[in-house]
Amino acid sequence: MTDSPTVRFLTAGGAFEPTPGAEEYASYLERIGETELRRFYRDMAVVRRFDQEGTNLQRQGQMALWVPSHGQEGAQVGSAYAARPQDHIFPSYREHAVGLVRGIDVLAIVELLRGNTHGGWDPTDPSNGNFHGYCLVIGSHSLHATGYAMGLQRDGLVGTGDPEVDSAVLAYFGDGATSQGDVSEAFVFSASSQTPNVFFLQNNHWAISVPVTVQSRTPLYLRSRGFGVPSVQIDGNDVLASYAVTAKHLDEARAGHGPQFIEALTYRVGAHTSSDDPTKYADQAQHDLWVSRDPIIRLEKYLRSLGEGDAFFAEVAAEAEDFAADIRHRTLALTPPDKALIFDNVYSEPHPVVTEQKQWLERYEASFDTSPEASSVTKEQA
Amino acid sequence: MSTETTLDELPMAKALNAGLRQALADDPKVLLMGEDIGPLGGVFRVTEGLQAEFGKERVVDTPLAESGIIGTAIGLALRGYRPVCEIQFDGFIYPGFDQITSQLAKLTNRGGGAFSMPVVIRVPYGGHIGAVEHHQESPEAYFAHTPGLRLVSPSTPNDAYWMIQEAIASNDPVMFFEPKSRYWPKGPVDFTASAAPLHASRIVRTGTDVTLVGHGAMVSVLLQAAEVAQGEGVSVEVVDLRSLSPVDYGPILDSVTKTGRIVVAQEASGFVSVGSEIAATVAERAFYSLEAPVLRVSGFDTPFPPAKLETLFLPDADRVLEAVDRAMAY
Repeated sequence: MTDSPTVRFLTAGGAFEPTPGAEEYASYLERIGETELRRFYRDMAVVRRFDQEGTNLQRQGQMALWVPSHGQEGAQVGSAYAARPQDHIFPSYREHAVGLVRGIDVLAIVELLRGNTHGGWDPTDPSNGNFHGYCLVIGSHSLHATGYAMGLQRDGLVGTGDPEVDSAVLAYFGDGATSQGDVSEAFVFSASSQTPNVFFLQNNHWAISVPVTVQSRTPLYLRSRGFGVPSVQIDGNDVLASYAVTAKHLDEARAGHGPQFIEALTYRVGAHTSSDDPTKYADQAQHDLWVSRDPIIRLEKYLRSLGEGDAFFAEVAAEAEDFAADIRHRTLALTPPDKALIFDNVYSEPHPVVTEQKQWLERYEASFDTSPEASSVTKEQA
Repeated sequence: MSTETTLDELPMAKALNAGLRQALADDPKVLLMGEDIGPLGGVFRVTEGLQAEFGKERVVDTPLAESGIIGTAIGLALRGYRPVCEIQFDGFIYPGFDQITSQLAKLTNRGGGAFSMPVVIRVPYGGHIGAVEHHQESPEAYFAHTPGLRLVSPSTPNDAYWMIQEAIASNDPVMFFEPKSRYWPKGPVDFTASAAPLHASRIVRTGTDVTLVGHGAMVSVLLQAAEVAQGEGVSVEVVDLRSLSPVDYGPILDSVTKTGRIVVAQEASGFVSVGSEIAATVAERAFYSLEAPVLRVSGFDTPFPPAKLETLFLPDADRVLEAVDRAMAY
């Protein structure tokens, strides 16, 4: 394991100039053509507009909270496309683009942040692309991803040599999460069992208001190596690097070569959440530098260099507007959840306390019923 | 006394071993995971021989990290497995607390019923073994307070054999509190007849004057107290809780309706405890049957003391009888 330099194919200006570290990953770009590049661009642009709509809807009182993904679309879309359909994804809570690529209806993210549900989508429904639930306790899901991968091993779905069968688990977390014990324990357990895990760190440089330099004095991609998990650092705003590097390491994980850690350098251009105020702590020069490295503009420049014209970009912009309008309309049509949601599925099997309290709430609410039907019943009974 | 020939005299540790072996044999999705549970068979030897019989993939010696054990068990459960985690000692469960309370307990609810969390967490707990700090605690109340978990505790080898299998068969997370001071005394195990339902409490001695309620190792203390009381002319009924969450109140309320007096006993500290909850519920539901206040006998509200003082901390038969005397004085 060498101390490999950062992997990047596209410069911030959109020129295809692979770094020395990119060489071993270059062959993975042969899997994608211009159709896929256009798809990458389309998904990144749509999710950016979705994210803007989420912020708007939150500001208009439709949600208590919004979690922006602005700036991280390159890291998310590239890695998400590197996963095969049978792979499983364990996101943190900012992976809106990954969810979109894997096929969930991202309105569910609105419902989650609105307070209609703690979940939102069914990870066991194949149409949701094995995209597991968001996890709000930082780093906890890194262990779930590791245990899931232990299950894949026991199911005989690793290292068979059949590309349609072999499976891996891709887990996302941020730079703050690397300080959590659970992430270190996930490295320990995955190394111990040589699980098919790829841990994908989006180092967006901020854990709410605390800069990454408080989390670690050394580059974070080095963190996993002491645990026996090999690692690589990439330019997370280069969607090609994110795709190629994730594709290679997922391949290796599926083949039974054990876990891998990827640090994607990116930037949280917006706030941590709608409740945050980055003007209290963010550095304007750093912000401006990272905006100049924008993953979407970068790919647009590259696509234009390949001959793509205005019509395509106008078409994508219109599609993004339509997508946002659809989210807006459906958000405004959302109704509050039924009160049964409080009690149902607390347990899988019947539970006397929950049953009793559910019935009590129904009786209690009914006791306030002053409708003519209710009072007429009372009179008849009287 | 039964003359069944199917009865074997076994210590609880071996009854649990037999129950785990049966669960592993019955369902290929069952797997055990924990620290030192492989060749050593666990620090209490409860898993002795099981790795040799079922292999390292099904009896897993994990790295030494409780959050990692519970967290990976959750992932395995999401994949359709039924992990049985061993926490080495009661006082070592807290590094796994977040995974138990924020994840394991809530995931079924978060998932809207799309999946279950059939995970068992075995916790050797309680005092009477003269061990060092963190090795004699009774942490049930932390988990009884958490919706989404089920808590049980056997008091006999027979219950241990059957209840561990019922807990593993449950589709909900079950915390299985094993009274470690009862690991060694032998008792009859009936391998042919299924036991009571997992969440049923049970009257283990009938009487007419006062009801004693407890779980785990406390049950043998209560039976001892009942025997002494009998000699003093006081007829004591003893209820073995078996399930701490949910509590099966039927037999408890039936008993106190009959006796009019009740003492709830436990090793755990009393403040905001399982015993407190039972006392409150009995006061609410059996008010007109009570001849005396509901009384509690608990460990003190102090850290578990150094072992040479544990007999003063842990309620014994005399402490229980002192409460019985107070109840009978009304």
